[in-house]
Amino acid sequence: MDFDYSHQEESFRQELRAWLEANPADNYDPESFEMIDPEARFQIKFDWQKKLHGAGWVGIHWPREYGGRGATILEQTIYQQEMARVHAPGLANPLGISLVGPTLMHWGTEEQKARFVPRILSAEELWCQGYSEPGSGSDLASLQTRAVDAGDDFVVNGQKVWTSFAHKADYCILVARTDSDAPKHQGLSYLLVDMHAPGVTVRPLVQISGDAEFNEVFFEDVRVPKANLVGERNNGWQVAITTLMFERANFGMVYNLEPLLDRLKAGLKDLEVNGQPAAADPEVRQKLAAFHVEIQALKFNGYRQLTQQLRGNPPGPEGSISKLAGSELYIRMAHFAMELLGPYSQCALGEDQGIDNGFWARRALGSRLYTIAGGTSEIMRNIVGERVLRLPKG
Amino acid sequence: MDFGFSEDQELLRDSARKFLDAECPATFVRKMMEDDSAHATELWKKAAELGWMGILIPEENGGIGGSFLDLVVVMEEMGRSLMPGPFLATVLLGSAAVLAGGSDEQKDAILPKVAAGEWVMTLAQAEKSGRYDAGGIGMPATARGGDFVLSGEKLFVPDAHVADQMVVAARTGSPSAPEDGITLFLVDAKSPGVEITQLKTVDMTRRQCHVAFQDVAVAGSQVIGEVGRGWPILQRVLDQAIAGLCTEMVGTGQQALDMAVEYAKERVQFGKPIGSFQAVKHKCVDMMVQVENARSLTYYAAWTVDENVDEASQAVPMAKAYCSDMCKTVTSEAIQVHGGIGFTWEHDMHLFYRRGLASEAAFGSAPTHREVVAQTLDL
Repeated sequence: MDFDYSHQEESFRQELRAWLEANPADNYDPESFEMIDPEARFQIKFDWQKKLHGAGWVGIHWPREYGGRGATILEQTIYQQEMARVHAPGLANPLGISLVGPTLMHWGTEEQKARFVPRILSAEELWCQGYSEPGSGSDLASLQTRAVDAGDDFVVNGQKVWTSFAHKADYCILVARTDSDAPKHQGLSYLLVDMHAPGVTVRPLVQISGDAEFNEVFFEDVRVPKANLVGERNNGWQVAITTLMFERANFGMVYNLEPLLDRLKAGLKDLEVNGQPAAADPEVRQKLAAFHVEIQALKFNGYRQLTQQLRGNPPGPEGSISKLAGSELYIRMAHFAMELLGPYSQCALGEDQGIDNGFWARRALGSRLYTIAGGTSEIMRNIVGERVLRLPKG
Repeated sequence: MDFGFSEDQELLRDSARKFLDAECPATFVRKMMEDDSAHATELWKKAAELGWMGILIPEENGGIGGSFLDLVVVMEEMGRSLMPGPFLATVLLGSAAVLAGGSDEQKDAILPKVAAGEWVMTLAQAEKSGRYDAGGIGMPATARGGDFVLSGEKLFVPDAHVADQMVVAARTGSPSAPEDGITLFLVDAKSPGVEITQLKTVDMTRRQCHVAFQDVAVAGSQVIGEVGRGWPILQRVLDQAIAGLCTEMVGTGQQALDMAVEYAKERVQFGKPIGSFQAVKHKCVDMMVQVENARSLTYYAAWTVDENVDEASQAVPMAKAYCSDMCKTVTSEAIQVHGGIGFTWEHDMHLFYRRGLASEAAFGSAPTHREVVAQTLDL
């Protein structure tokens, strides 16, 4: 065992750290970021991605031929740590970078790779993911959006929902049914759909938090060239699963949880519980210690997972836990913070009587995202139970 | 960056598992549970021949000079098999104290006997208060010339009834802080005035004792380290012992999980294996999450102990806090998955639960260790 980074990895860290210090995100203040207008927020993320891309700091895990750095797993870990360290904003094209690019590199034709991949890191084309439908959530393979063969094109009709960033997207990875007679997993195809094509309508949905980052998307006789079929016709489920694996691996929750606990600790200084300073209350101390222990457990699970990857072994059970355990821990932390704040917990963003400007109320309201998106906790438990513990399917 | 065991350590794990599967099946554990001492001298000898008692002991003292991580690998398998007897008491308490603070003469006199499996040792620390911190040590040792006299009681002393030598933590000075004025003594368990009584506890595979000291004379040469400076030695010993115990708990929890999962695949109700029902499947996944979290925290704690770095002061209580909850919960939930049969004496699952309860109680339970963690968080 050895927890040190190599000389090369440390110099990677120093290079990135120096760059980040010299090149902060423009017009960006982490403290006020959530309070500003959504369009302005998007612009900051867009500009940030452009700036990073100019210096080769977007999609570092991508191969060099596609504009990445071919970063090692440890370099990716360091990248996440350093971005968290400076509270860097998100990027404008997160789904493109973490899902679409890697999926196309794996399944795409040479033409598709050449056409689509280079414009992802540069944010020239932004992507969304057309998976869930009103009648198909956890049972994704039951989806009903249809793509009918029409010569050189497919003609798509149907509706997608919970489609994050669709209102900004130029393209969509869409899973649609191309064979209604086949068993549900075997009649699907994976298409790249132009969001500006005639017949595409995006209607924003307002989320629980009040933000509108996800949408309903309607497809009415939308023509999609057959050249945009990824993988073989009716083999779309396999492609879709590849994307899902990238999505779940992307929930690196621990990098969110550590700063969240720091915030909780810092907030204690001004709080009292039953007339005593909160930091002296035994229950508060027990809870915070327990949160710290769980976060560290997830971090060390991650290191074990990294080690397996570095040794070229298949991932062990520790790799399946991150999203499931991290998302549920996030909710417990947000709920505990709300308890501690007492009546002030209710004060929303911008309420002058509040003491945290609605920070924890927004975390509490937003915390369910992680136990639902990318596979609900219930689905994750089924997957772990069946694939890792080898328990029989229901 | 490498957070895993070496190839040699994985081989050691395999051989330990094979040995324990053969020598320490559940039938044997049950036999020891009913035994007068729960100490099987034949198993002890065989383990000594494999070098297990001497893993931490340097070669010049008759050991094999291995690392703490080598020991961890073996102890995880011991936890899996619920190995009975005084291994932890001997290797991680008694002889560990000699290793950590003993003089060369003490090491030469004691460690070869431990490595050869000739001596059983233990540590007498806790008292009526049930505390494992420095403030829990109150029994006085009175100086008489260059020697000392011990008088008082120790409780929950592991395996004292079969020990040849005990390390006894006692007070030699009135302290300004609880950590000051603690001295460690090597005491022959057969010394006049020492009276050892086994306790009836939930886990009879590993015995604990009440030890009374009535004017027990101890020579000054039997002090480990310096008079009044025993606590730092003891702290190092406790870090090792707790990390070792956590490793056992990971093994115990993993085995209980494996048994529950196997049962859930076989047991049919409503025409289906019960493991196909989400109520059972999801419970098993939650057990797995706890076992894996415990494993990660424990391996990290073991690494800090092996490297003897400052991080151990947070990593060890983190592991103990989490493993205590995990082992109790997972073994209890494993009974639940088994239903009625799990609630019988005949089924082995209660042996795991019993070990979980005893391990939780040893060296401070989860809330105690969480408070230690809290103290490291600058709240």
